Amino acid sequence: MASSTRVTFPNKFLPYLLLAPQLAITAIFFYWPASQAIYQSVLREDPFGLSTQFVGLGNFKRVISDANYVNSLQVTVIFSMATALIAMALALLLAVMADKVIRGKGIYRTLMIWPYAVAPAIAGMLWLFLFNPSMGTLAYLVRSAGYNWDPLLNGDQAMVLVVSAAAWKQISYNFLFFVAGLQSIPKSLIEAAAIDGAGETKRFWTIVFPLLAPTTFFLLVVNTVYAFFDTFGIIHAVTGGGPGKATETLVYKVYNDGFVNLILGDSAAQSVILMIIVIGLTAIQFRYVERKVHYG
Amino acid sequence: MTYRGTRLGLALGIILASSTSSFAVTEISWWHAMTGANNEVVETLSKEFNASQSDYKVVPVFKGTYPETLNAGIAAFRAKQAPDIMQVFDAGTGVMMGAEGAIKPVADILSMGGAKFDKSLYLPGIVSYYSKPDGTMLSFPYNSSSPILYYNKDIFKKAGLDENNPPKTWPEVWEAAKKIKTSGAAKCGFTSTWLTWIHTENFAAWNNLSFGTNENGIAGNDVELKINAPIFVKHFQELADLAKDGTFRYGGRTSEAKQLFISGECGIFTESSGGLGDVVKSGMNYGTGELPYEPEAQGAPQNTIPGGASLWVFAGKSDEQYKGVAAFFNFLSKTDIQARLHQVSGYLPVTLAAYEETKKSGFYDKNPAREIPIKQMLGKAPTENSKGVRLVNLPQVRDIENEEYENMLAGKQTAQQALDNAVKRGNAAIKQALGQ
Repeated sequence: MASSTRVTFPNKFLPYLLLAPQLAITAIFFYWPASQAIYQSVLREDPFGLSTQFVGLGNFKRVISDANYVNSLQVTVIFSMATALIAMALALLLAVMADKVIRGKGIYRTLMIWPYAVAPAIAGMLWLFLFNPSMGTLAYLVRSAGYNWDPLLNGDQAMVLVVSAAAWKQISYNFLFFVAGLQSIPKSLIEAAAIDGAGETKRFWTIVFPLLAPTTFFLLVVNTVYAFFDTFGIIHAVTGGGPGKATETLVYKVYNDGFVNLILGDSAAQSVILMIIVIGLTAIQFRYVERKVHYG
Repeated sequence: MTYRGTRLGLALGIILASSTSSFAVTEISWWHAMTGANNEVVETLSKEFNASQSDYKVVPVFKGTYPETLNAGIAAFRAKQAPDIMQVFDAGTGVMMGAEGAIKPVADILSMGGAKFDKSLYLPGIVSYYSKPDGTMLSFPYNSSSPILYYNKDIFKKAGLDENNPPKTWPEVWEAAKKIKTSGAAKCGFTSTWLTWIHTENFAAWNNLSFGTNENGIAGNDVELKINAPIFVKHFQELADLAKDGTFRYGGRTSEAKQLFISGECGIFTESSGGLGDVVKSGMNYGTGELPYEPEAQGAPQNTIPGGASLWVFAGKSDEQYKGVAAFFNFLSKTDIQARLHQVSGYLPVTLAAYEETKKSGFYDKNPAREIPIKQMLGKAPTENSKGVRLVNLPQVRDIENEEYENMLAGKQTAQQALDNAVKRGNAAIKQALGQ
């Protein structure tokens, strides 16, 4: 008995009681809606629910064979990769720079963290006010300079706009974690390398960057999930998925088919597919990528 | 203890008092999508109605944009919590009509209010849009508008155009737009809001062209789109060609282009008559005219079709509630209320009497723009092409059109390809929505 190091509760019900709030939240906000989505995905129903028909996997078949679905999958991959990459690269650059500042470090950091408090829809509106070709202040300057800035019709420019807005909002969050990561790197290592004659760039790539790997990996997961799910508000406010379908991500398509076009079955089938994709992505990331990450 | 006791007693008293008072009054919930000045109109109307009698109390609730309000209503119906009255935008009309078990026709309700419902009192063009094929009025027209032409008089002067003579046909618009662009009077000649509602649905009605089979869906759900007919292709190819050098500028899928006109960037503009308020507010020197037509079309101009929104009543409510709704709708139909609504908000009057009274008062002499949409809708008796467009999934079909138009204006496809695609994808979407 003495060899057992497991902590056990003397009371059998207490642990369940303590877990109950979290379990209730998970059940109400995840399992229940998720089960509803699965149930809805095998039905064909009119918007008002007056007639319901069981169609098995019919909705899934139609969704997958739809060229627009493949398109939105591509859009999502491009959008997520670009957003995660830009948000992380810029945050790392800023974190390294802010780390070197000696005076007013606190102020710089606080200012850098600010945009994180902005809601996605508001962030989208801010960028829209700056870059909308009809009313944007900066768009006006860009157009006056002779560049044909028109994200309302040019799909690539629209993508640049939503990626910028999404990345801008996420930089703060990444910055915070990179700053914390940088602080945990022992100064002695860097000083030793400096004495051995390693320049600043070399020190960064051979010492700082590898030691930041756990932070980077964590942020990669968080940023990918962010780009997949939390950017709906930005896309909704800035492009509405357009022009054409140039910025229609998977999540936006779920919304559009379900809430605008009122095709509940297709929309539910898409959210089930999305659920599977995300479960798969997370599993792969943790199983294969995490092994290669060196935790300091 | 005593302090707590008093507070509790007070709270109980308030609850009792408020609940007893609500026993006598039947509450009528009204979900709507009106913002800004239009929201104030909703609040004022409700207050005036509530003050005018003591049996019913209309409680307006703002539910977001038009599609959001529609979705909230549908979700509430599924959860058996539907409001009594819901404001639904024009494109949602087909969705509501498809849900026969969920709604109660307004014609039935109005006769429950005691007064006999007389359809002939209402503006025919608007009533027919919100009626079943057999003529039963299903929803109550609240805010209706129709597209008209706006132009910037200062830009016209600068470009050497006649500022008192707005272009009447599309070729004249293109001509004027090119002149504005080449003379440097403005950066862009022409822009428009709602390419779907104005340049597709109203283009069809105004030029007496078929938008789709089955009287554009008015006579039956099963519709095949006809918008890739040569005359539509010609119109959109002209737009696409003008877009190349910026003579035509695209502003967005809904009302965004208004900004391009108000800021003086574009000289000519087609937009809903409901957009007049913002144009007036901007203080610009503007003029208005009828929506341009296509001279190649036979019988053009015919009549335009209404946009805006109407009030729907959900099924499964008590007789008492329906009586309250009827009383409210009769209140809204009163001539003085309608005349005021029309003059203040710019919506079309719902009743003929309100139109006549406004005319008599000399209002249109000072505000000619207000009469244009009414004349456009009343000018000729509607044909099978011009009663309106009604699809079970019109919002989705409009989205499909928008996507194809955007790809066309970006130079990725011709007008023929865009309209062929829109027809093909639209027809498939309609079939799917009908469960075929």
